[in-house]
Amino acid sequence: MNHAWTPEIKNELDAIVAKYETKRAPILEILRTLQERFGYITKETEAAVGKYLEIPAINVREVMTFYTLFYAKPRGKKCLRVCRTLTCALLGAADLVEHAEQKLGIKAGETTPDGEYSLYAVECLGACEIAPMMQVDDDEYVGAVTKEKIDQVIKR
Amino acid sequence: MEKLISRYFRPGHTYWMADYERDEGYEQARAVFDKYDAKSLIDEVKKANLRGLGGAGFPAGVKWSFVPQDTGKPVYLVVNADEGEPGTFKDKYIIRHVPHLLLEGIIIAAYANNVHKAYIYIRGEYVQPYLILKKALEEAYAKGYLGRNIFGKGYDLEVVIHRGAGAYICGEETGLLESLEGKQGKPRLKPPFPAVVGLFGCPTVINNVETLSYLPFILRRGAEWFADLGSEKNGGMRLFSVSGHVEKPGVYELPMGVPLSEIIYTHAGGIRGGRELKAVVPGGLSAAILRADEIGVGMDFDQLRALGTMAGSAGVIVMDNTTCMVTALMVTMRFYAHESCGQCSPCREGTGWVYRILKRICEGHGRAADIDNMADICSFMGGTTICALADGAAMPLRSYPQKFRPEFEAFIEKRRTEIETDGSGELSHGLPKRGTQARAIL
Repeated sequence: MNHAWTPEIKNELDAIVAKYETKRAPILEILRTLQERFGYITKETEAAVGKYLEIPAINVREVMTFYTLFYAKPRGKKCLRVCRTLTCALLGAADLVEHAEQKLGIKAGETTPDGEYSLYAVECLGACEIAPMMQVDDDEYVGAVTKEKIDQVIKR
Repeated sequence: MEKLISRYFRPGHTYWMADYERDEGYEQARAVFDKYDAKSLIDEVKKANLRGLGGAGFPAGVKWSFVPQDTGKPVYLVVNADEGEPGTFKDKYIIRHVPHLLLEGIIIAAYANNVHKAYIYIRGEYVQPYLILKKALEEAYAKGYLGRNIFGKGYDLEVVIHRGAGAYICGEETGLLESLEGKQGKPRLKPPFPAVVGLFGCPTVINNVETLSYLPFILRRGAEWFADLGSEKNGGMRLFSVSGHVEKPGVYELPMGVPLSEIIYTHAGGIRGGRELKAVVPGGLSAAILRADEIGVGMDFDQLRALGTMAGSAGVIVMDNTTCMVTALMVTMRFYAHESCGQCSPCREGTGWVYRILKRICEGHGRAADIDNMADICSFMGGTTICALADGAAMPLRSYPQKFRPEFEAFIEKRRTEIETDGSGELSHGLPKRGTQARAIL
């Protein structure tokens, strides 16, 4: 896939940088914006971000590997993040993760070979009032998760 | 009972600018420039006994008074919206339902500290709350309530929203500052404290979303009224996030010092299915666990500390009598092992060791000596690291086996026997499979 920066993307990044005191500070927003465009961050994008923010590529790598929301590889078209921290665990999260794993034939942390689904067992997402919960794709919180609800998301 | 912040929590509804202004919105932010100077405003907040509601409980007005105004550098306000303490979800409610209340609080706090630039650090997973906050920010700029010459009072205030990217440690205030400077969120050695050397090396005020959101109420009704709502030295009310084995999980706004029993049985509807209470985490995952016979305690910073636990972020996690405390502690320590930033050996190694011991116990290979070994590891984790993550991990690690020791001993023995005799020890994610006795719970 072509991850080159069009003038439009470049303008968007420039507008983000302009809000901050230093060039390096907005790196999380910069990586997030690029990932929203391209789906994941390639080695080439990392290098380009380093150059753009005037920091060594290793500093970009440090950030990429420290935070869980950045992806160095393509993810599935559909992404399930099942919470497994205490409240969700008390309400059956382990069974739900196992069910999703069996349904998809992969382990948590993996993507199906056809590139359709990625599954993650994640730590608390701040929605214990609707536990057990999961995040579907990057923006939807689903509560009171059951095996049936997982089956509705995983259409296979 | 009177509601303050939570009166805006209408399901599915967000108070946008027009709604919020109809409801006395921004009146206090507009008036603050004429009614107070910085010093009298800080004094008012001190008098209100407003505590830091992110978890540390430090008096907000006192924190502000530490900020030096004579360094020749700008002062920054950083809003901690990186809500990550497991069991806590109140800041999400504020942002989702009434984002302008937070923005009004930000204006008031900025004026008190001579701040002209504020950052809101919101956790990366909160995508919908981020979009709501962003829209509210645009509304406030369009009205001239943010930006240059706000309310026509000759005061400038820029506010930038900054998204995190999934790291619990960035909720720690100096980890947050590192992250906001574009680095790994590894906490800083203190002193110097952020009030003196914070963001970009400048004096910085860091406040939680909820703390700031009470400011308009304090100015509207007076510091004494607010202080009187709560208990001694713990002013006002706070938002308790209640989850786990209760009939009605949710956010409940109650006075500081309210008995824990009242939160569980009066407001959260009691234990699900009429079961019996076994244990409660009173202030987010990092708080020491309480037994059912300890829930008479008043929920404020000082009373919970006296009981050997903490008020923390007011995340109340309730466990009924089907809960296995060994598995619950394993899940808890898995969290810290995952979230330790890795800077300090006692935390990086300690959380990992303990998690692996607990996982081994759950897998049926526990040893009687494991309980004392964990206590030993715990003894060097607390107070030996740069930040409080290890202290937070040490609290459950010390308290679970202390308060439920016979259960830990019996579990180790029973699981081992099960594995040795009938081979029923198959596991899923480190937990015994459903159907075995030990798995009744999770």
